[in-house]
Amino acid sequence: MSEKSRTKKIVDDTISAALGVIPDEPGAADPSFDAPVSGHDTGLADYYIVGAEIGDTKAKTDLPVEQIWSQRKFDAKLVNPANRRKLTVIIVGTGLAGGAAAASLGEAGYNVLNFCYQDTPRRAHSIAAQGGINAAKNYRNDNDSTYRLFYDTVKGGDYRARETNVYRLAEVSANIIDQCVAQGVPFAREYGGLLDTRSFGGVQVQRTFYARGQTGQQLLIGAYQQLERQVKAGTVKMFPRHEMMELIVSDGRARGIVSRDMVTGAVEPHVADVVVLATGGYGNVFFLSTNAMGCNVTAGWRAHRKGAYFGNPCYTQIHPTCIPVHGESQSKLTLMSESLRNDGRIWVPKRAEDCDKEPTAIAEEDRDYYLERIYPAFGNLVPRDIASRQAKNMCDEGRGVGPLVKELDDQGNVKMVRRGVYLDFADAIKRLGEDKVRASYGNLFDMYAQITGENPYKVPMRIYPAVHYTMGGVWVDYDLMTSIPGLYVAGEANFSDHGANRLGASALMQGLADGYFVLPNTINDYLADATKHGGIKLDDPAVVEAVADVQGRIDKLLAINGTRTVDSFHKELGRIMWEYCGMERTEEGLKLAISKIRALREEFWTNVKVTGVNEDFNQTLERAGRVADFMELGELMCVDALHRRESCGGHFRAESQTEDGEALRHDDQFLYVAAWEFAGTGAKPILHKEPLVYKAIELKQRSYK
Amino acid sequence: MNVTLRIWRQANASAKGQMVTYQVQDVSKDMSFLEMLDMLNEQLSVSGEEPVAFDHDCREGICGMCGVVINGLAHGGAQTTTCQLHMRHFEDGAVIDIEPWRAGSFPVIKDLVVDRTAFDRIIQAGGFISSNTGSAPDAHAAPVGKLQADRAFDAATCIGCGACVAACPNGSAMLFTSAKITHLAMLPQGQPERYLRVKSMVAQHDEEGFGGCTNIGECAAVCPKQIPLDVISQLNRDLIASLFKKDGK
Repeated sequence: MSEKSRTKKIVDDTISAALGVIPDEPGAADPSFDAPVSGHDTGLADYYIVGAEIGDTKAKTDLPVEQIWSQRKFDAKLVNPANRRKLTVIIVGTGLAGGAAAASLGEAGYNVLNFCYQDTPRRAHSIAAQGGINAAKNYRNDNDSTYRLFYDTVKGGDYRARETNVYRLAEVSANIIDQCVAQGVPFAREYGGLLDTRSFGGVQVQRTFYARGQTGQQLLIGAYQQLERQVKAGTVKMFPRHEMMELIVSDGRARGIVSRDMVTGAVEPHVADVVVLATGGYGNVFFLSTNAMGCNVTAGWRAHRKGAYFGNPCYTQIHPTCIPVHGESQSKLTLMSESLRNDGRIWVPKRAEDCDKEPTAIAEEDRDYYLERIYPAFGNLVPRDIASRQAKNMCDEGRGVGPLVKELDDQGNVKMVRRGVYLDFADAIKRLGEDKVRASYGNLFDMYAQITGENPYKVPMRIYPAVHYTMGGVWVDYDLMTSIPGLYVAGEANFSDHGANRLGASALMQGLADGYFVLPNTINDYLADATKHGGIKLDDPAVVEAVADVQGRIDKLLAINGTRTVDSFHKELGRIMWEYCGMERTEEGLKLAISKIRALREEFWTNVKVTGVNEDFNQTLERAGRVADFMELGELMCVDALHRRESCGGHFRAESQTEDGEALRHDDQFLYVAAWEFAGTGAKPILHKEPLVYKAIELKQRSYK
Repeated sequence: MNVTLRIWRQANASAKGQMVTYQVQDVSKDMSFLEMLDMLNEQLSVSGEEPVAFDHDCREGICGMCGVVINGLAHGGAQTTTCQLHMRHFEDGAVIDIEPWRAGSFPVIKDLVVDRTAFDRIIQAGGFISSNTGSAPDAHAAPVGKLQADRAFDAATCIGCGACVAACPNGSAMLFTSAKITHLAMLPQGQPERYLRVKSMVAQHDEEGFGGCTNIGECAAVCPKQIPLDVISQLNRDLIASLFKKDGK
């Protein structure tokens, strides 16, 4: 083993993040809102309409929670193996959810068409996940169980997830590890040859399986290899460098997609018996996020416009330990494991005038270790959302550190702000020695040094929060089917399992659960009747219309020939979202954001400059289409955040906090999923509430005291 | 800092390409190489010129999508991905040549973008363990010694960027192919198909027109994941062994 990999290995063995522990306070009642609002129409009638309540009908909730999945698998109609090859399944996306589903449905014998925008399915952004994957194996003999994983996930989601879905997720988690090991995924192992696990994301059991800091990569390569095996077997046909532009809906059913070949520009319809979207999250609405550059909401948004409800769009996870923005040309943000907070101390100068000094020249008494000061019990280990929010507060006060970055205020005036706080290892190095710190955090320090050019052993690191994951997504039922029959959504693209906040190491679990074990056991229920729905021909009016819509949209984008670049619009949208729909949201700010987004969208459609032509490899045109959809999504996110006048999980409303500044949930008013229906361009969206009923779990309020 | 870029521009696969010179001013040393290219593209877009096409996605060194030849070296020769190369590695006033991967098996699509689907076909030929969903035994059914597990992991970190091919004077994809062979050959789950796998993958490698390996080592020298050269020895050993195995057909 090389020195480098040995260091990496030790780090991986020793990292354990005792973060974000959410202690129970069983006696905590659910405090009601100080100023009760009657319904949610108070002052917000201009923004949305309340529609009928909805609910999931597939899970038999009168059964005990542990029997529901078995019962559903038994009740779901089956498709005879001989008939499967006559049925076509379109899957958009090749990440953990999409790739796993495509491989599994191919193995089952369906005719699968699989699309991705990258040049090969192995590059989907699941690949970037670092930490690990949870599974209730109880290999550690530490009281873990399916129920405990279920419980932790619901609690971590601040009681805003559907309990039947989450229980199933925990139930199939153990099968995922078996499946991945059988595929050759090189998980970390102990000397006895058995799998190693670690504690992650604040839970008290060691249930996280990992492959150094590259768990997502190894799981994705495992799914990719199974996918390529099916490509060779002829059950899956791959369409790399193809972007989904529109959903085809005929007679109220999803019947296919329109894609654009990103090399030739050809706009083509593809028809099928069922369509699955596994297209990831929409964090790039903020422009800067830890997402890949190409991540976008277009597939989900096009489906939403055709009738699929969008669930909880405002639930966004913001990660506190990312490398800060260096300047205006910043294109993306890089996350560092938050295990750094175990030994690092976070501070900013007490006085704004010290902010441009060398950190080592600032005396101890002039430093404000603000987390230790405000939260003496938890100190630097407060949960993600609090650590993030306080970093923002410090920088807003003018006490941030690092380079001055240009920002615009509400009036559009330019101001220069430092967006960073110190994460200092000087004490840890003094206490443990540099070698020990290197052994634990060496790979993270190397990554930091590579990106910033600074030596974190000598100078404190600078960190700042960044958008990381979106818990919201297309609304689905227990079968992962949307409100459009025949359209399924899996992985981060759906809203289903994480409630208002996602626990560490649960995204990989959900993607693979959906792809390997859920969809292949639910989609058959719909496909069993597919022959009754009949085939659909390429000259069907619904197909022709969808193709014409796509072509019209592309032509329009190319014809505007304005003066502003696509990126400049995207950056401005991102700034609005980050400022008003980011770590802290207020009614006033959200209303302002909505009006700003509307104005920006109008300008986009009259003044954007898209170079080149459609019949070419045209990356500007690709981005323009995605940004256009982000603009519409951004507004809906703000409307959702505006209507939810409570703080829960990643959604913090300044109006709803305790005296100590903690998030305050309002279960009496908001114990539901907000499923939004599209009512037409420019029309008010319709809110359908899906009440959340907890039978297997007791509602509790979180507390850090 | 200011830099002069000489970039390969090629309208499409069949067009003739050429190096075109551009100036980029006020580049910050903290920018990544791709952010510097973003800056150039913003300039070009504003002036109504066609931006330079280049592949990229995660920009954190793991997806393998980015990759260009910088001053004659794949990914700039710094053993990182292009997205993790930063402008502080260049001098103010530097002249930087930027070209696509040069290999017959990676045809240019446009400018700096090449077609690497040959890699997918090599994996299709056998770079997997046949294990249908739902058929797996318990994960602890087959222990794996730590040394083997670590060696499998070191090989499995390949991101499929193609720098090894671009760096090889023979245009060989042996490092890529061997990394997958070694990953799966080290694991008990990979044994049943081990010898069939190596034969099929090598045959597909040759079928795609990649050159043969002559142990030059340029591939490992530029590999952003430091895949060691000895994985190629592993492939050769398995390939020879396969000739004497019945299950190697």
